[in-house]
Amino acid sequence: MAKGKVTFEDIDTTVNVPAGTRLIEVSEKVGAGIIYGCREGDCGTCMMHVVEGWNNLSEPSVLEQKVLKENMAGRHDRLACQAQVIGDCVVKPT
Amino acid sequence: MAEPPAALNSGHAIEFAPGVHWIGALDPTLRTFDIILKTANGTSYNAYLIRGSEGVAIVDTVKASFSEDFFARLESVASYDEVKVIVLNHLEPDHSGALPELMRRAPNAKLYISTRATSMLKALLKPDGERFDYTTVGTGDTVSLGDRTLRFLHTPFLHWPDTQCTYLEEQGVLFSGDVFGCHYCDARLFNDKVGDFRFSFDYYYAHIMRPFKQWVLEALAIIEPLKLNMIAPTHGPILRDRPRRYVAHYRELSSSSLAGRISDDERSLIIFYMSSYGNTARMAEAIATGAEQVEGVRVSLYDLEGGEVEPFVDLIEEADALLFGSPTINGDAVKPVWDLLSSLAVLNLVGKLGGAFGSYGWSGEAVRMIEDRMRGLKMRVPLKGVRVKLIPSDEELAVCDTFGREFALELTGQRAGGKVVDMADLA
Ligand SMILES: Cc1cc2nc3c(=O)[nH]c(=O)nc-3n(C[C@H](O)[C@H](O)[C@H](O)COP(=O)(O)O)c2cc1C
Ligand code: FES
Ligand SMILES: [Fe+2]
Ligand SMILES: [Fe+2]
Repeated sequence: MAKGKVTFEDIDTTVNVPAGTRLIEVSEKVGAGIIYGCREGDCGTCMMHVVEGWNNLSEPSVLEQKVLKENMAGRHDRLACQAQVIGDCVVKPT
Repeated sequence: MAEPPAALNSGHAIEFAPGVHWIGALDPTLRTFDIILKTANGTSYNAYLIRGSEGVAIVDTVKASFSEDFFARLESVASYDEVKVIVLNHLEPDHSGALPELMRRAPNAKLYISTRATSMLKALLKPDGERFDYTTVGTGDTVSLGDRTLRFLHTPFLHWPDTQCTYLEEQGVLFSGDVFGCHYCDARLFNDKVGDFRFSFDYYYAHIMRPFKQWVLEALAIIEPLKLNMIAPTHGPILRDRPRRYVAHYRELSSSSLAGRISDDERSLIIFYMSSYGNTARMAEAIATGAEQVEGVRVSLYDLEGGEVEPFVDLIEEADALLFGSPTINGDAVKPVWDLLSSLAVLNLVGKLGGAFGSYGWSGEAVRMIEDRMRGLKMRVPLKGVRVKLIPSDEELAVCDTFGREFALELTGQRAGGKVVDMADLA
């Protein structure tokens, strides 16, 4: 099965995950500092910064892009409850 | 200047600065607001009208059931076609209630809301199935009324994500929304005329603004440099006498309440526990002993049975990390734990470390439930908590000791980094 390595920069920990895993499923279990509100891509609470591997996350949907914009996301910010891992990446809380 | 309360009763606007009118409503019989607040003498919904040489602006409206008062006061000083600008400082229904009707009546008006308000506006207008054009604004944006200028200040999360303040530059009036507001209904309207509202002001802050202290401080940083002749909030007295006192008081309230008790270079870890036969208590002591071995951590141990919620909430606000110990009783953690964990909505817990532990008899649900609650409260739970079946053995107490030490190392950033784990091992 395809795998990806997600590195949570704030806790300096890397997790090997199956491709397609949502970031949210990993980050809470490993105790990283990304926080969640609605958990379904609506509130913007889980905004995170992608330090490396921007292209190794699933494309943001139109809805996610709208929520990012409304929450004044910076470049390379994503919603952790929406983004799926498809390869290696490094993320941290915004 | 017209003198309340006579004018208030007769549906007239109150002009309190040249061209600046109060057109709000009084709600003296309300006793509970938004479920979470008591309102001993009711509240007010302050809305404002500003007349410039090239049009009229309305800043905020009122709760829907008070629309009649609001429109009567508006009509006493302006006609609807003069209204060019409508500003909502946040979209909560107590101030947006009359918005849809106002938009209908004022065909020339443009609506200004904060960048963060767009999806909320849509959700609020659902029942009317209407769409209004709006302009989103942020700090630095202005709108001109000819000889008067409204300047917007982006002050998010005070107390809704879309909160902004609006500043009337030429006259130094800050329309601050709920910020600097309080539930205090008094027809005398102004802080130099009304009764003693200090309690209401602090109570409002404690329940509405306290979870957002960091955001309050950021907002103060852009409010403090302004020339302030008056602060006109959406609830309670208009602060025209020495308005800066309230700004200074907000700064005070937003600073650490227990400052100076724990030294700057130490992190505070608080361990709360409950125990019926002493098993969870012994675990708590072993965890405390382990944590204390770590340099830079100050550990406090509290038996929940001997305390009350309120002071514990204050303690938690100032703590860097929390551990909760609970036995499992009837498949759940015990009530005092939940009582405390359900009283923390007045705080911001983001970034604090959390963990749980406890003794159990056969199923041991409590620990995982507490951990989930802590995650739900946006705390970071770095270590899987320790569960011990019935009486802790020496080896199990050693595990508790290690857990305490590891937790403290994590808290002080001394835990070895560069870890690589498999997702399957995390569950
Ligand atoms: C003081 C206060 C705090 C609120 N906090 C939140 C919040 O953190 N998250 C959220 O989604 N909605 C929050 N809301 C919005 C309410 O959930 C929303 O207004 C809801 O429609 C109220 O439902 P009700 O009419 O059944 O009381 C808050 C509202 C108030 C008054
Ligand atoms: S948690 Fe609400 S958008 Fe992700
Ligand atoms: Fe509000
Ligand atoms: Fe309000």
